[in-house]
Amino acid sequence: MALIENELIKERPALSETGPRQKIVEALMSKDSTVTLDPLEHEMVLNLGPQHPATHGVLRVLLRLDGETIISAESELGYLHRGYEKLAENMTYHEYIPHTDRLDYIAPLSNNVAYVSAVEKLLKLEVPKRGQYIRVICCELARISSHFMALGALAMDVGALTVFVWALREREKLYDIFDVLTGVRFTVSYMRIGGMAQDIADDSITMIRAFLDGLDDAVGDIAALLHKNRIFLERTSGIGIMSADEALELGWTGPNLRGSGIAADLRRDNPYLVYNELDFDVITRTEGDVLARYLCRFDEIKQSAKIIHQCLDKLPGGDFMARDAKRVIPKKGEIYSSMEELINDFMLVNFGQAAPVGEVYSGIEAPKGELGWYLISNGTGFPWRSKIRSPSFVNLQGLSRLLEGCMFSDIVAIIGSIDPIMGEADK
Amino acid sequence: MELNDALQSDGFVTSKIDDLINWARRNAVWPMPLGISCCAIEMMAFAGPRYDVSRFGSEVFRFSPRQSDLLIVAGTVTYKMAKVVRKIYDQMPDPKYVIAMGVCTVSGGIYRTYSVVQGINQFLPVDLYVVGCPPRPDSLLKGLMMIQENIKNDRPIAKGTVIGGDPEPLEIAIPLIEKPANQIDSRKPGSRIYMN
Amino acid sequence: MFTFEQLQEKNPTLHFEKVDVGGDQGAIVSRNDILAIAERLKSEFGFQQLLDALAHDRNEKKDRFEVTYNIRNHKTMQRIFLKVRCDERDPHVPSLVSVWTGANWHEREAYDMIGVEFDNHPDLRRMYMPEEFEYFPLRKDFPLMGVPGSIPLPHHEDADPRFDVAKRGE
Repeated sequence: MALIENELIKERPALSETGPRQKIVEALMSKDSTVTLDPLEHEMVLNLGPQHPATHGVLRVLLRLDGETIISAESELGYLHRGYEKLAENMTYHEYIPHTDRLDYIAPLSNNVAYVSAVEKLLKLEVPKRGQYIRVICCELARISSHFMALGALAMDVGALTVFVWALREREKLYDIFDVLTGVRFTVSYMRIGGMAQDIADDSITMIRAFLDGLDDAVGDIAALLHKNRIFLERTSGIGIMSADEALELGWTGPNLRGSGIAADLRRDNPYLVYNELDFDVITRTEGDVLARYLCRFDEIKQSAKIIHQCLDKLPGGDFMARDAKRVIPKKGEIYSSMEELINDFMLVNFGQAAPVGEVYSGIEAPKGELGWYLISNGTGFPWRSKIRSPSFVNLQGLSRLLEGCMFSDIVAIIGSIDPIMGEADK
Repeated sequence: MELNDALQSDGFVTSKIDDLINWARRNAVWPMPLGISCCAIEMMAFAGPRYDVSRFGSEVFRFSPRQSDLLIVAGTVTYKMAKVVRKIYDQMPDPKYVIAMGVCTVSGGIYRTYSVVQGINQFLPVDLYVVGCPPRPDSLLKGLMMIQENIKNDRPIAKGTVIGGDPEPLEIAIPLIEKPANQIDSRKPGSRIYMN
Repeated sequence: MFTFEQLQEKNPTLHFEKVDVGGDQGAIVSRNDILAIAERLKSEFGFQQLLDALAHDRNEKKDRFEVTYNIRNHKTMQRIFLKVRCDERDPHVPSLVSVWTGANWHEREAYDMIGVEFDNHPDLRRMYMPEEFEYFPLRKDFPLMGVPGSIPLPHHEDADPRFDVAKRGE
């Protein structure tokens, strides 16, 4: 954090007339603001990030302050712009799956599901029931993992470090499950077009059940520490209020939108996979402040656990991968033993699935909101354009609106409550 | 262990002042966690309850570069971010060490695109490369131990000290890097590559 | 359920061409009509959410760039797509920020990546790339590895002297 006083802006070379940062400072200073408080008659520009422990990555926010009141704020992205969309145009649909892990790196499994769902919609492939159930389990495990991180990080930002360490402890248990389920602890790349890499093993089911049994205690501990804690409640309630209309207009989705009182959830509204066979509640809060968004996430953990329980009970037998030799990559054992499979594998790996010409959009309810892919195909194995609709990017757009008029110490709580992941926001 | 044995049998130890200083520095490496992307999560796990870096004296994560002596660059460095990383490195007091965590920082990794720097050794002197996408926390722990081993062999008082990534001996005790970073060959001794 | 025929019936002066986007309805509208259509969709048909906007390079001589807006009615759960095209020589499209404030960053991203300029946008800057960057990365003529040297890297000589321990005493 560097402190820059208003008069100094002209002297500093980095902020000179031709300097690259000039446009963002101009945007900040010319922004309309409803805040008129100016008791000190002395404004200040403060730079927060891109390296700051509370910005959850490399988000940069430029703040115009008067004393401790924020008059306006302007966020800058792009410090983690890795060129995902250009990369996608240069590789086959199948090759791109590992890249989706690294978008929202807190919940790689649900990114995998979102991407392969879009490709399957383009290819008009149907995944067998067992595969769909496994995908739902994966999505909900990812949601629990992501929400734990969000809760822990928010609590840490307002000063409760213990909750963060407890959340990390629970996430380590989840990583153990992913290790057994997918073979990798962190960047899983578990999904394949038409199914997943391998079937869910009995070991993983036992581990998931054991984790879910301990989950109530884990969230109970967090609730006991925070939900009657006056410091926590006063630092989170009543700040960063987003009204329902504004949230809709900004395109907010996920727990952030539900915290503002709109019960929008793609799992219920446009059911994908097997969500229409499962029973769960859409958690909604009407206050629209930091605490409401926090509590939405907190309650969604329990709903996810409920969904996983149902899935494990209902898990049908049979195939987990679609049987379609021309479009689904065969198993390694089959490739080594059968000529037909070897040829198909060669074609699929080198030239990709020849998708029909057309455009599709498919979105799922990821932990942060609606994560979708808009794919444009020109008939080859490579997408012509692959646009990621990332929830963090859209949710962050509301940040400057939320910060306006708040006190300086509320910034970290507000950023924590939006729960941005910069890998996804910057693409 | 040796120290404890010596203290128990004789009640005193004889040592060089270099060794004493290095012993103290080695067991209190304060990292500056520059968490940029995915690797940052594994870095948190490295500090978290299971892997618990405080066993190695490095649990004090300093978010201010002025108070830290080990820069862990965890995550993809883009051209836009490179200036920030370099500035943070410049702000750190000497002697300082740099760990490049993850293949993105080592070589650009899977991101061979227009916006990603293909290896941070183009603008930073790197001491240790920890490879993996992302590396497991165990790998990073091993990396930290190797940095500690590096510190053990430093000679902070004596002339001709080599500290940090520059392999060429210099005349003064305060390390000065004379070569531009992009000319430093990471394959020379002095900067080691650790494979996961 | 909204269909584009309803819109046509109510407003016979508007022109558009219907397209199918993976089972959802979409329409290619002209640059002159898009603002009017967007306003009607929001006020009359309740499409309150603008979820996404993307631009892409069609790599054709006429109407090289296309901008697609992803719009949703959160009550009827219906999703539609609005498309507008523009030429390479005149890459101007009206901005929809006046209708949906959420279009702001999406349009900035489209400008950054493809180079489509949005008229009457309140703050059209680059979204991801540095301000001094001259190219538009998602155009098909831009190489994957970029233009070497187009974004400078910091060097030891550029280090801020205030932070240099050796030079501080001078």
